[in-house]
Amino acid sequence: MPDKPKIGFYWCASCGGCEESVVDLAEDILMVADNVDIVFWPVAMDFKKADVEKMEDGSILATMINGAVRTSEQEEMARLIRRKSKLIIAYGSCAHLGGIPALANEFAAQEILDYSYKIAPSVVNPEGTMPLIKTKHDETRNVTLPKFRETVRTLDQVIDVDYYLPGCPPVPKLLKAAVLTLLSGVLPPKGTVLAPDNALCEECPRKATKPVDLAFKYFTRPHMILADKDKCLLSQGLICMGPATRAGCEAACINGNMPCSGCFGPTSRVRDQGAKILSSICSNIEAKEEDEIDAVLDEIPDPVGTFYRYGLAGSLLRKKIMEEEKQ
Amino acid sequence: MSAETEIKVAEKKPWEPKIIAFFCNWCTYTAADLAGVSRLKHAPNVRVIRIMCSGRVDPQFILQAFASGADGVLIGGCHPGDCHYSEGNYKLLRRFRLLRRMLGSMGIEPDRCRLEWISASEGDKVKTVINDMVEKVRNLGPLSIPGHLIELSNKELGIKETEILREEAVAHAG
Amino acid sequence: MSSTNGNGSPRIGFYVCHCGHNIASVVNVEEVQKFVATLPGVIVSRDYKYMCSDPGQELIQNDIKEFKLNRIVVASCSPLLHEHTFRVAAEKGGLNPYYFHMINIRENVSWVNTDKVMATEKAKDLARAGIQRVFFHKPLIKKEVPINPAVMIVGGGIAGIHAALTIANAGKRVYLVEREATIGGHMAMFDKTFPTLDCAACILTPKMSAVKNNPNITLWTYAEVEKVEGFVGSYKATVRHKPRYIKEDLCVGCMDCIDACIYKEAKYPDEFNQGLSMRKPVYIPFPQATPQVVLVDPETCIDFKSRRCKKTCIEACDRDAIDLHQIDTYEEIEVGTIILSTGFKPFDAKRAPQYGYGKHQNVFTALEVERLVNASGPTNGEVLTRDGKKPKSVGIIHCVGSRDAKTNKWCSRVCCMYSLKLAHLIKEHTDAEVYNFYIDMRTPGKGYEEFYDKLLKEGVHFIRGRVAEVTDWALMPEEKDRLTIRVEDTLIGTVRRIPVDMVVLATGLVPRDDAQEIRRMFNISCSNEGFFLERHPKLAPVSTFTDGIFIAGACQGPKDIPDSVAQAGAAAAEALSLICAGKIELEPNTAQIIEKDCSGCKSCIPLCPYSAITFKDDIQKAYINEALCKGCGTCVAACPSGSIIQNLFEDEEIFSEIDGLLKFAGLETGALCSTEMEVQ
Repeated sequence: MPDKPKIGFYWCASCGGCEESVVDLAEDILMVADNVDIVFWPVAMDFKKADVEKMEDGSILATMINGAVRTSEQEEMARLIRRKSKLIIAYGSCAHLGGIPALANEFAAQEILDYSYKIAPSVVNPEGTMPLIKTKHDETRNVTLPKFRETVRTLDQVIDVDYYLPGCPPVPKLLKAAVLTLLSGVLPPKGTVLAPDNALCEECPRKATKPVDLAFKYFTRPHMILADKDKCLLSQGLICMGPATRAGCEAACINGNMPCSGCFGPTSRVRDQGAKILSSICSNIEAKEEDEIDAVLDEIPDPVGTFYRYGLAGSLLRKKIMEEEKQ
Repeated sequence: MSAETEIKVAEKKPWEPKIIAFFCNWCTYTAADLAGVSRLKHAPNVRVIRIMCSGRVDPQFILQAFASGADGVLIGGCHPGDCHYSEGNYKLLRRFRLLRRMLGSMGIEPDRCRLEWISASEGDKVKTVINDMVEKVRNLGPLSIPGHLIELSNKELGIKETEILREEAVAHAG
Repeated sequence: MSSTNGNGSPRIGFYVCHCGHNIASVVNVEEVQKFVATLPGVIVSRDYKYMCSDPGQELIQNDIKEFKLNRIVVASCSPLLHEHTFRVAAEKGGLNPYYFHMINIRENVSWVNTDKVMATEKAKDLARAGIQRVFFHKPLIKKEVPINPAVMIVGGGIAGIHAALTIANAGKRVYLVEREATIGGHMAMFDKTFPTLDCAACILTPKMSAVKNNPNITLWTYAEVEKVEGFVGSYKATVRHKPRYIKEDLCVGCMDCIDACIYKEAKYPDEFNQGLSMRKPVYIPFPQATPQVVLVDPETCIDFKSRRCKKTCIEACDRDAIDLHQIDTYEEIEVGTIILSTGFKPFDAKRAPQYGYGKHQNVFTALEVERLVNASGPTNGEVLTRDGKKPKSVGIIHCVGSRDAKTNKWCSRVCCMYSLKLAHLIKEHTDAEVYNFYIDMRTPGKGYEEFYDKLLKEGVHFIRGRVAEVTDWALMPEEKDRLTIRVEDTLIGTVRRIPVDMVVLATGLVPRDDAQEIRRMFNISCSNEGFFLERHPKLAPVSTFTDGIFIAGACQGPKDIPDSVAQAGAAAAEALSLICAGKIELEPNTAQIIEKDCSGCKSCIPLCPYSAITFKDDIQKAYINEALCKGCGTCVAACPSGSIIQNLFEDEEIFSEIDGLLKFAGLETGALCSTEMEVQ
């Protein structure tokens, strides 16, 4: 009997939600378990790095790596796993586009460390102790921490990635389809995002209520109104990223009466999701005079956080240009 | 010059601002031609991309220009009310107002991204705007987004991206 | 970069033009040519002295055949000038013309940049961008649209009349729309025309008659264009017929109603006579008005104010042609081309307060004096001051509202000539001393200088100097109760004070008040001065940037009657040229929705000003009607899923230009802040 194909899961700068999404396969996880050998899954199984090092190069059919890449340890593991796997699937928004962690690219790494260890209101650190990469413990052992990088990266900015499963987290339906595709041996072109290539509006249950002559007179935010459960959220003045986001999640957030925040990333025809949703939404504003336009736009207080919530590291600019970087 | 030499030279030349401009065919591009016909000399730092209407300017173009090494982006369109296609310039204006604020949050100073309304007969305005913008950007200094990203990669990932760029350049030279 | 687009992998021919010295004296064209030869996909790279010449174009055609080229890039002058030329050359060589791309290194580089090194670098960047872009060009097919042979002419002055007759005589239908109650325009107000001193009415009225009688001309007076839609070949115009309160087809112009009007005396300022005489509420603009139909002024007619008039006019009309209940009516017409001949407005003399118009009663505008000298004018041809006296001396001030930094910089072209004409006519009618105060004497036309000579011999006084002011403040006895003109006589070098009985201001020609509104309705541009903008000042004076819309006469810029007629003929000829061709090819830069990619988000639908995008309920996706799309690309930029593409300006094409322009740019690096936690 031929060996079952081997797959692995790994996590970098991640919240654990992607790991849970695998469990969300529910009964289908039995199908997965029947058909593959999970050889590496730190959160669920006891394999160690040394075990991975011992594997033969390319012996893993596919490893799904979730989480963005921020530390030298994540880079090292990503590279190790890349050697050992035939295919790498960037799993979830963080690996695909940077995810929520990538919003840190709006700040300098030092700013973040200072805030976390010194400035935050709940921190008590009178000596101002900061993390170190290496220190001696009990005069006998060297204890190390990975290097904290200047910028958050997507997985494909560190290693070669074969496929992407988008979403925060990816939905079980798409994960199941991805696994079946892997097992079938008929693989899509390298670099494919394993989700439909149309925008979310295609499958949104409120599509019919979106007017053909939408003109924004104002914008509002989810905590400021009681959104109507049946009408298109854009038509209610909420910024819904649906038109600029891939379908595949069956409009999960909309069904929870919340606007789409773009976690599936853009279609393959778009280079920068945030730029496109900005373009679309602004083009449809009603005001024509500059000051009136600005007044309406002031109702979008944080464009980076709104339009690049999941995609900053994978956007065209990738990160803020810091003052220290300018000469 | 071979591509490799070119990249070496690019790295060593004294910095001159490089500005990408998107000019709409009916007004600003025609005005730029008029500036040419009238021999109105101005700074050579602006490279023009011709489009039919300023409404065609996708924010992705502006971001890509900065990401590819531009120090500034200039957009020229018809005066409000005069768009050859009725209202394309208004749509661009709305996008521009938010994009510029957003660029500010990303560390790109507002003076680097500029929108000017220039009608077909305003050749002199093309000259003044270009000269003014080049000076402002010169004072701001180089933005060098590709350079910074490459340096970061080199330092943090140990990937010699400059090497990759060189290989690309050599392959590119055929 | 492996886009093939239907004819194999790209094999590019690149040509950089010297344009004599125009480009080559600043840009090192050999360096550009050698550089481009190193770029991928470039098979042939040449420099040549004059690419637009016949041998230059043949070079392209021969290279296409010999080297099996499938893309052509030319770096030379502006595409606005020669893109078409080279597209045709490429087509003659067997290529689809849209496989050609043009780069501007003359108007945008050699003519405006002085540093040769930087100019050459710029040319190289632009060339590389063009080479990368042309990879993505596709073999587009031009759209052909039919030309509706009907023509709409807006404005029934001499230009509109001449254009209408020319086109109607060619057998085509003309709709002549005039907002006043009669055609004729300003020319109908003149007495005699320079330099021949032909009676204006005598030469104009036969033409006006011919318009009325020509079966191919539909004459709509007292009508205005409200809205224009469509594009060249199929314009749809909505015309509003203003109510005359007269049934036009019944009125024969007998004017019995005017005699019978309840007002025994005329009390309201007559607009045609520039307010120098009065009219009744029911009136005809002037006796030879065409159509010969009266009209009722609702502002002054008692019946409109109180609805209690005896309506003696209706009693008097035996044709039953008066209908005081008429309202605005609207009519839609379909035409293929439009000619705008809306004319000019005289400069408002009140804007030059130093000349005292409106303050001193005997300061007149030239148009007022035209009416005075006219035998059918308010004074039956007598030149009289406003207090009824014959002037013994008259001063004519040139350049009022022209050649003036404070009001209008331009020269209005006709004022010197009409001032000379008025000087002659005034002298003829009154034998007064006439003084012409001029800056330069501009007499460029046929017979014009000779006319000036004649005037010199008639004893008219010519004083070269810009008049400082017209004052009634007498400093000497001979100035008492008269108007004194204060001027520096530059030829003798003194400031003079010349007392006159009457001052005539040679007001210039300015654009009409609603010129901006009108030109927006027709989607054309105005120049800085406010006149309608021609496509090219030298080579295309009557066409505009909007295909199918032509301009003629003073609306394009100040000019005299022969030039207005010439332009009207030119505009008519260009319209007829389109009509005879029967069709026109439109640039195929339209946008299209990629159906499989569209998610039906409806974001694009409200963006199109031409309503070219609709939502198809059956497939739940957007759809662009190619015939209505004008190719602005606004929807393409706004589509949030990237599902609309614009031919000739696709995202890939523009991104490749951006990449080509910025290759190896931005490599200057600054200091980086290090946050690597160092070992203590």
